[in-house]
Amino acid sequence: MASVPFEYGLLLAGVLFALGMIGVIVRRNLLFILLCVEVMLNAAGLAFVVAGSRWGQPDGQVMFIFLLSMAAAEVAVGLALLLLHFGRKRTLDADQMKEGNAASAPGSAGREGA
Amino acid sequence: MPPQPRAALAGRELEMLTWTWCIPALPLAGFLVLAVFGGRFPRGATAAVGAGSVGLSFAAAAAASVLFILAPPAGGFSSYVLWQWINAGGFSPSLSFTIDALSVVMILVVTGVGFLIHLYSTRFMADEEGYSRFFAYMNLFVGSMLILVMASNLLLLYLGWEGVGLCSFLLIGFWYKDPENGRSARKAFIVTRIGDVSLAIGLFILATTLGTLDVKEIAQKATASWQVGSSLAVAVAALLLGGAVGKSAQLPLQTWLPDAMAGPSPVSALIHAATMVTAGVYLIARTNALFSLAPAVQMAVGIIGAAGVLVAGLSALTQRNIKRVLAYSTMSQLGYMFLALGIGAWSGAIFHLVTHAFFKSLLFLGAGVVILAVNHEHDIYAMGGIARKSPFTFWMFLIAAFTLASIPPTTAGFSSKDLILTLAWQSGGAGRVFCALGLAGVFITSVYIFRLVFIVFAGSPRAPASASAHGHAAGRDGTQAGAVMGIPLAILAVLCLAGGFLALPRDLGGSPYILRFLQTALPAGAIPEAPARTEWILQLISEAASLLGIPVAWLVYRRGRSSVPAPAAGVAHYLQNGWGFDWLYDRLFVRSFVWLARINTRDVVDRIFDGVGGLFMLLSRAFRWTQNGRVRWYAAGLAAGAVLIVAAVVLL
Repeated sequence: MASVPFEYGLLLAGVLFALGMIGVIVRRNLLFILLCVEVMLNAAGLAFVVAGSRWGQPDGQVMFIFLLSMAAAEVAVGLALLLLHFGRKRTLDADQMKEGNAASAPGSAGREGA
Repeated sequence: MPPQPRAALAGRELEMLTWTWCIPALPLAGFLVLAVFGGRFPRGATAAVGAGSVGLSFAAAAAASVLFILAPPAGGFSSYVLWQWINAGGFSPSLSFTIDALSVVMILVVTGVGFLIHLYSTRFMADEEGYSRFFAYMNLFVGSMLILVMASNLLLLYLGWEGVGLCSFLLIGFWYKDPENGRSARKAFIVTRIGDVSLAIGLFILATTLGTLDVKEIAQKATASWQVGSSLAVAVAALLLGGAVGKSAQLPLQTWLPDAMAGPSPVSALIHAATMVTAGVYLIARTNALFSLAPAVQMAVGIIGAAGVLVAGLSALTQRNIKRVLAYSTMSQLGYMFLALGIGAWSGAIFHLVTHAFFKSLLFLGAGVVILAVNHEHDIYAMGGIARKSPFTFWMFLIAAFTLASIPPTTAGFSSKDLILTLAWQSGGAGRVFCALGLAGVFITSVYIFRLVFIVFAGSPRAPASASAHGHAAGRDGTQAGAVMGIPLAILAVLCLAGGFLALPRDLGGSPYILRFLQTALPAGAIPEAPARTEWILQLISEAASLLGIPVAWLVYRRGRSSVPAPAAGVAHYLQNGWGFDWLYDRLFVRSFVWLARINTRDVVDRIFDGVGGLFMLLSRAFRWTQNGRVRWYAAGLAAGAVLIVAAVVLL
């Protein structure tokens, strides 16, 4: 089986990771930030798998399974928080999270009334 | 089987020993009970615990004294070790009490007079807030004082010494709501503390050079290893004298005593007349071996005493506050005791201490009744005519005044003061000067106390306020002191009348019982016995001086405020302010200290710590913007940091 060159795999992982990171920084919607975090996690997982196949070791795939389960847990908590936040503030804008408490945030008062 | 006489003796002695710890423990237990539960007790229970514990202590002391006199232990003393206190590097003071003639006399005075004053206080303080607090402090005081006089070693003595100082502070400031009383309390505490520090340094020197603080061992080791007049002996004796001077309110640390009169009258009677202020006299008598090794310091004791007699006596002549008159009188009488110590008449000093405890506490308690009768007025010029209103109090006060002025038929003051003056004359040299000054003091004493008697008790009421105030007080004490307050007065008056029989002068057919008793514990001294002629001539002069004082006081003060000519008024003002010692100390010490404190509030060392604090405030302000609460900023910060680290790893 013709193997994809090792460097290509790592490059893809690097590009994915950078895209995810840019997404986290640039996007304001919390849902998309979570999605971008997933992209970054999968980029790291891809790097593990590529490295595992390069040296013929199973460790890379073991780590990926571990990463998957961790990501699932993270998403469960993250989405729960997100829903709760949306229930209170009726917004998913990360910048609106600045004022921790909804009641004390004058900027969000109008939205709450709407 | 009839017991062997020797065994019976040992048995009795043992019995006595097992009791001794009760004597200070009972008032201390009373203090604990009152301090913990006092607030919940009804007044009757508080009074019962407060006065009862001291009364039981007096019973124990009396029993121990009787046993001691009936079966004197070998060597004239017995020590009872309760437990080892400290044991470090060969220095091992124990918690132990000594019963000898000196401590027997002292515990009888402290518990006996103390009990009478407690009894009086149950009525005197009846309308005051903090009734149980008062008795808790008073019990603590009696317990500490007993520890002081019974201690076998100077470390335990120092514990009692500090304990009585604390109680003095607490009780002077008993009416703490008036800031002026708090100031007086602090002043008393700080001024006596100067003496206490001196005493403590003296104890350090003793402990390091002799390796012990046990009184008996100190006497033995010091006489064995130090020359008479050696610098170490002089230093130690001078430091102990410093402590005694502070506690006994002698020159130059006397300024606290007049201000200490801010406390209730029973406190003045117990602490600032009968017991605590005599602790200095007791200390010097107890450590007489050290003072015998330092004749220069012993001479200083006599000079301080003789000067104190006159300085305080003249100040007493001009005071307006009834209790301040008595305070200066106390300083003056303590001067006689110091004078006696200075010439080596140890037992004579202690005898005067005993008689002074009787008549001065009677004076203070009588003054307390007067003060109640005129509704807490202290100004003698606002009093007058009390004799008609309270004849009983008047007679009691008069007996005490006669005793203080050492006029028969009262015997207590007469025999003790005469003894001191005769011994001073007999010791020759400086003693003759002391004797002459003491005789002058006798005259001044008589004038100032009869000035007080005439102004307060004779004539008619001067202040209009006191008439209405009397109506308020009539229900409680009115013209009579009331039985609870009257009985202690009467007992003290009997003691004043009869106390002199403890040691009547020889030419009056007396026998020096108490002196012979005290000399089992104190050295007899090397003063030759006075020939009968010297003795009665001195008595005659002293009596003449005393009796002369009465008409002089009558002539000058019978109309209340004397109309003194202008130049004398300035002198009187000067004397009234205690010879300006307060003024001087205020300028010399208080202000310079306050000035130092003020410039030191912005002190240099503090600047370093302020600077460290300021630096971090600055850093905090510089980085505050990074914590702006935006999640995406944090993520960007993380990413930038990661990029920087990776770049650093790759490039470097």
